[in-house]
Amino acid sequence: MSSSMLFNVTMIAYMVSTCIFFAFLASRSKGVGLAGTYAALFGFVVQTAAIGLRWKESYDQGHGHAPLSNLFESVVFFSWTIILIFLFIDFKYRYRAIGFFVVPFALFGMAWAQLSLDSNIEPLVPALQSNWLVYHVITCFLGYAAFAVACGISIMYLIREQIEQEGGNAQAGGLLSMFPSIKVLDDLNYKAIMIGFPLLTLGIVTGAAWANYAWGTYWSWDPKETWSLIVWFVYAAFLHARITRGWVGRRAAILSVIGFAATIFCYLGVNLLLSGLHSYGK
Amino acid sequence: MTTNKRGFAQQLWDFFCSLRLTIFLLIGLALTSIIGTVIQQGPQREYLATLSETKIRLYSALGFFDMYHSWWFILLLYLLTLNLICCSIKRLPRVWKIVSEPVLVMDDTFERSLSSVRDLKLRGSKGELKEKMVSFLKAEFAEPVITEREGEYHLFAQKNPWCRLGVYVVHLSIIIIFIGALIGSFFGYKAYVNIPEGGGVSQVQGRGGKTIDLGYEVRCEKFSVAFYDTGAPKEFKSILSIVENGKPVAGLQKVPVIVNEPLTYKGITFYQSSYGQSDEGVKYHLTVRDRKGGAPVKLDARQGERVALPGGAFLSVMEATQNVTPFMKGFDGPGAQVEFTPAGGNPQPFVILSEKYESFNAQHGGDLVITFDGMDQKFFTGLQVAKDPGVLVVWLGCFLMVIGTCMAFFMSHKRVWARVSDKGVTMGGSASKNPTGFEIVFDELVEKINKA
Ligand code: HEM
Repeated sequence: MSSSMLFNVTMIAYMVSTCIFFAFLASRSKGVGLAGTYAALFGFVVQTAAIGLRWKESYDQGHGHAPLSNLFESVVFFSWTIILIFLFIDFKYRYRAIGFFVVPFALFGMAWAQLSLDSNIEPLVPALQSNWLVYHVITCFLGYAAFAVACGISIMYLIREQIEQEGGNAQAGGLLSMFPSIKVLDDLNYKAIMIGFPLLTLGIVTGAAWANYAWGTYWSWDPKETWSLIVWFVYAAFLHARITRGWVGRRAAILSVIGFAATIFCYLGVNLLLSGLHSYGK
Repeated sequence: MTTNKRGFAQQLWDFFCSLRLTIFLLIGLALTSIIGTVIQQGPQREYLATLSETKIRLYSALGFFDMYHSWWFILLLYLLTLNLICCSIKRLPRVWKIVSEPVLVMDDTFERSLSSVRDLKLRGSKGELKEKMVSFLKAEFAEPVITEREGEYHLFAQKNPWCRLGVYVVHLSIIIIFIGALIGSFFGYKAYVNIPEGGGVSQVQGRGGKTIDLGYEVRCEKFSVAFYDTGAPKEFKSILSIVENGKPVAGLQKVPVIVNEPLTYKGITFYQSSYGQSDEGVKYHLTVRDRKGGAPVKLDARQGERVALPGGAFLSVMEATQNVTPFMKGFDGPGAQVEFTPAGGNPQPFVILSEKYESFNAQHGGDLVITFDGMDQKFFTGLQVAKDPGVLVVWLGCFLMVIGTCMAFFMSHKRVWARVSDKGVTMGGSASKNPTGFEIVFDELVEKINKA
C-alpha cells in the first residue's frame, strides 16, 4: 500500500461526500446529511493515514521530513485542514448543509494534487531544514482552512439572501429549506473567522520568528509576507466591521469571500505569479 | 468662537475614535500593500529597462520603488496607531469599570436589560435559600459576592472578567510591535559580508553602503557545500571563528554555521546566506596517460591557463565543479569543461570526468586519455549580518497579540445574579460572547438548582 493509493481513496471519499450532501439538500432527510458527514470523516481518516505514510516513506528514502515541503504536499495538507475545521464546526453546530459548500474545496484540492501536481518526495533544500517549517505551515494552513469554511458559509448566506429577496418562498421549500437561517449563517461566518484569525496571527508570527532566526529579519516585505498581512488586514477589517452598525450580514459575507480570495492569492498566486523567498510551487 | 473651536476639537477626537476610520485604514493598507508586491522594490536595472520613462518618473515620485517606507504608507501606519490609541482611551475606562466595579445588585431596571432571567422553583426561608444559592453557585459556577439590601439578598458571581481586556491586549500589542520595529530601525542594522576561506573581517558593509565596525574579527576557516543525489543542494556550511583583541574567543572557535543555524556574538548575528568561488585562483588536478602505454603523468593547471601536454598538445581548463550531478544526471564526482588543442590542430572543447569514468574520458583527446582528479578550490562565504535590539520587544508584542486574540475570541465573561427574598429566588445572567452558548449554560444551571 502506498500513500498515493490512499490519497486516491481520500479524493473519492470527498467526491462521494459532496454528492451525498447534494442529495441531502434535495431529499431533506437527516440520515442522508449524516451520511455525508461520515463520508467526509472516512476520507479524513484515510487522508490522515496517507499523510503519515508519506512521512514514513520519506524516511525510507533516507531523508525523512514532515510532508509539508512542496506544492503537492501543501495542497494535500490544505485539504486535510479544511475537512478538519469543517468536521469541528459540523459536529459542534450540526448544520449539515454547509458540507455541500465546504467539502468541494477539499475535493478540488485533492483532485488538483493527484491529477496534475508532481508528487515525488524530494529531500529538503537547506532553507527548509528547520522545525519552524512545521509550526509555520500548520498554523497558516489551519487559519486558511477556517477562512475556506467561512467563505463557503458566506456563499450560502449570499445565495439564501438573494433568493429570499426575490420573494422565493416557493423555493424555500426546495434546496433552501436545509440552509440555516440568515442569522445563523452570519453568526457561523463570524465563528469560523474567529477560529481562523488567531491561527493566521500565529502563522504570521511563527513565519516572522523563522525569518528572523534564519535570515536575521523578521519582516522584509517579501511578496508572500506582504500578502499574508493583506489577508490579515482584510479579516481585521471584517472583525471591526461587525462592531460597527450596518456592517453585519451581506457586507460581512462579501468581505469574507474577498478575504478568502486574498488568502488563495497569498497561497498560490504569489508563487505562481510573483517572485520571492517562498519556494513552494516553483 | 470658543464653542466653534471646541466643536472642532471634539470633531477631530470623534474622527480619530471612529471605527469607520479603522475599517477605512485597514482596507486602505490592504489595498495599497498590493502595489509593492507587483512593482519590484529596490528595482534592478533589468526590471527598470522594461518600464517606460513616464512610468519610472511616476513611480519614483509616488515612492512605489520603496513603497513600504514611503511617506504616505508610514503616514497610514501612524494614523492607524493614533486611531488605535484614541479608540482605546475612549473605551477602556468603560470596560475597566465593568471588570473592576461589577454590578452587584440586580434591580428591576437591570433585570430587564438581561437576556436570561428565570424565577427558580425553590421554597424556604430567605436565610436558607441564601445559604443554598451560595453553596450552589460556589460549586457549580463561581464564588458569589453577597449584598444585603431592602430585606433582600443579592448574589453576584462571575467568570473570566479580565477576558474583556483581551481586545485591548491585542491593540497594545500592535503598538508594542511598532515600538520594537522603531528601535530596530534606529539602533540596529542589516549588513552583508563576503569572507574568503582562511580570511577574516572586522568590518561589514551596511545597507546603503555604510561601513560598520563589528568590534571583533570573524574568520572563515572553511566553507563547504553538499548535494543530494538529485543534484539539489543539501547543505551550505561555513566554519566560523571569533577573534577579539587578537585572542580567540573561547567557545566560539570553528563553529559550524548553516542555513537556519546562525551564530550570535555580542548582539550581532551571522547567517549563512550565499557563497561563491574565491578569486584567489583554483588549482585543477589532471592525469594524462598515453593510450599506447607509459606511466600516467600528473599535472596541475589554473583557470584558463594553457598547459603543455606530452606529445605537443595543449590543454586549458575553462571551468570545473566538484560534483557534476546537477549538470549531468547519472554522473557524480568532479568534472571539468576543457579545451584541448592537439599538436598542429584546432581547439576542441569537451568534458572530462574522474577516473571512475575512464571510457567516457577516452572518447576524446587523440592519443591521450585525460582524467580530471579534482580541484583545490577556495570559496568565499556570504554572510548576512544583523543587529536588532528591538527584536525582543517585537516578540513580546507578538506574544501579547496571540494571547490577546485568544482571550478576545475564545473566552467569555459570564455573569450570574440571584435575588433572594422570602418569595423565592430570581436568577439572571449575561455573557460578553456567544449568547446562545451562554443560554445553554444558564438553563443547565437553573435545571440543576431546581432539582437539588
Ligand atoms: C486603527 C486601529 C484600530 C482601532 C481603532 C481598533 C478599535 C477597536 C475597537 C473599538 C474594538 C471593540 C472593542 C470592544 O468591543 O469594546 C476592537 C476590537 C478588536 N480589535 Fe481592534 N482596532 C484597531 C486595530 C486592530 C488591529 C490592527 C487588530 C489586529 C489584530 C485588531 C484586533 C481586534 C480584535 C481581535 C478585536 C475584537 C473583535 C471582536 O471581539 O469581534 N484591532 N478594535
